[in-house]
Amino acid sequence: MQIIYILWLRQIKKYFRSKSRIIGSLGQPVLFLVAFGFGFGAIYKKAEGGNYIQFLAPGIIMMSVLFTAIFSGIELIWDKQFGFLKETMAAPVYRLQIMLGRTLGGATVATIQGVIVLLLTLLVGFKIDNLFLLPLGILFIFIVALLFTSLGTAIAAVLEDMQGFQMIMNFLVMPIFFLSGALFPLHGIPLFLEVIAKFDPLSYGIDGFRQVLVSQAHFGIGIDLTVLSLVTILILFAGSYLFERIQA
Amino acid sequence: MISENKNIIQVKNLVKKFKDFTAVDNITFEVKEGEIFAFLGPNGAGKSTTIKMLTTLLKPESGEIMINGHDPLKQKHAVRESFGIVFQDPSLDSDLTALENMQLHAVLYKMPRDLRTKKIEELLKFVDLWDRKDEFVKNYSGGMKRRLEIARGLLHKPKILFLDEPTLGLDPQTRNHMWNYIKEINEKEGMTIFFTTHYMEEAEKIAGRIAIIDHGKIVASGTLEELKLKTKTSTLEEAFLSLTGSTIREEEASSVDHMRTMSKMWRKRR
Repeated sequence: MQIIYILWLRQIKKYFRSKSRIIGSLGQPVLFLVAFGFGFGAIYKKAEGGNYIQFLAPGIIMMSVLFTAIFSGIELIWDKQFGFLKETMAAPVYRLQIMLGRTLGGATVATIQGVIVLLLTLLVGFKIDNLFLLPLGILFIFIVALLFTSLGTAIAAVLEDMQGFQMIMNFLVMPIFFLSGALFPLHGIPLFLEVIAKFDPLSYGIDGFRQVLVSQAHFGIGIDLTVLSLVTILILFAGSYLFERIQA
Repeated sequence: MISENKNIIQVKNLVKKFKDFTAVDNITFEVKEGEIFAFLGPNGAGKSTTIKMLTTLLKPESGEIMINGHDPLKQKHAVRESFGIVFQDPSLDSDLTALENMQLHAVLYKMPRDLRTKKIEELLKFVDLWDRKDEFVKNYSGGMKRRLEIARGLLHKPKILFLDEPTLGLDPQTRNHMWNYIKEINEKEGMTIFFTTHYMEEAEKIAGRIAIIDHGKIVASGTLEELKLKTKTSTLEEAFLSLTGSTIREEEASSVDHMRTMSKMWRKRR
C-alpha cells in the first residue's frame, strides 16, 4: 500500500511542479469553450437545442480529462527512456503495484485538471442544475480519468519512444474526443456516426456527466455507469498485462 | 578463506540474442559471497546485457542463473531483494529532489522509517550532497547525479551490489573516495560487489577476481596475477588489450540517445 502511495504521490508532485504545463493545458478547453460555445450558440438555439454552453461545457471538461489522462499514461515512455522505470522495475515490488501507483496518480492529476476546467466553465456562464449531485459528477470524471490513464499506460508499455505519439493523438485520441458527443447531441445524427459513438467509451462518460450536471442524457445514467466501469476494468487489466511484460 | 564461501552468483551457459545478434554467447562464471568481482570488456561486449539478465530486467534465451540461491526467472522477488544496482544510464527522477529520490528508493525497498532517515542522511553526507538535498535533480551536474545514484544503490544495504560503470564522469577525488567506501563496506558487511568499468586501474586496485568479456564471450577470468601471467604482460591494461585486440568498437546511437538530445532541446525551450 505504501508503495502504491509513494508512486501516486510522485505523480501528484510532478504535476503541481510543472506550472507551465497546468496553465498550458487550460488554454485549449477555454479556447474551445469560447469559440464553439459562443460561435455556434446562436445557431444551436435557432435549431431549438437550447443553451449551447450548457450542452458543451460537460463535453469540454471531459475533453481536458481525456487529454490529461492519456498524456499522464503515455509519460511512462519518458520514464522508460530516461531510466527511472528501471529503478522501480529492479526493486522488490510487484509490477502491479507500480502500475497501480502510477495510474492512480495520473488519474488523480486528470481529475484535478477536470475540476479546474469545471470551475473555469462557471466563469464563462455554465450553470450546474443540482449542486448536490456534484460528487457524482466528480466520480464520473475520475472513472474517465482512470480509463484513459490506463489506456495511455497500455500504449506506452508497447511503444519504445515518443515517435508514435503524433499518430496516437491523430488516430486515437482526437477521434475518441470528436466522435463522442462532446460537441453535438447524439440523436438525429447519421447512423454510422451514431454507431461509432456507441463504441466510444468517452460517449458514456460525457453522457452520464451531462445527466448529472445539466439533466440531459442520451443513453441514461445506468447504462453510462455500467459501460464505463466495465470498459475501465478491462483496460486496467490490459494495461497491467502489458506493463508486466515490459523488458528494461 | 574466500574460496570456502558459497557462490552467490552462478551463471551457466547463458545466452541472449537480439534478433540475429548474439549479445551474450554461452557464458559461464561464478562469484563467491563477499568477493569483489570486475567484469571488463570493450563497448558492446555484452556487459550491461549480462547485468540486466542477472537483475531480472531481461529474459535470457537460454542458460541458468542463480542469484543468492534464487532463479531470476522464477523467483524475481527474492532475487530483487538480494541486490542493489547502479545503472550505467541515469535512472533518477530529475523532477524530484535528491532527498525525494532517496526516500522513494527507501520505500520501494521497505526500509523501516527511523532507519530510512538515518541512512539517507549518512549517505547523502558521504557523497557530499546533504547541503543540496532539497534541490531538484535536474539542476545537478553529471557528477552530482552519479554520486546520488551511488548513494541510492547503497541505501538498502544489499547482499550484492551491481555497479555498471559507476565512476563514469567522476573526478579522481570522487572515484577514490567512492571506491574506498565500497571496499570498506565490502570488508565490514561482506557485501558482494560486481562491477564493470573502463578504468583498468580501478579493477587492478580493488577487484579480487576479474573476468574479461568480448563479443559476448568470456575470453579470460581469474585474479589479476593469473591474467597477467596468462598473457605475459605486466599490467591489466596490457592484458586487456592483448585479449581483446586494439580495434575501436563502435556503438550505434540508440533511440535513447536520440530521446536525450530531443529532451535537452525541449528543456531549453521551456
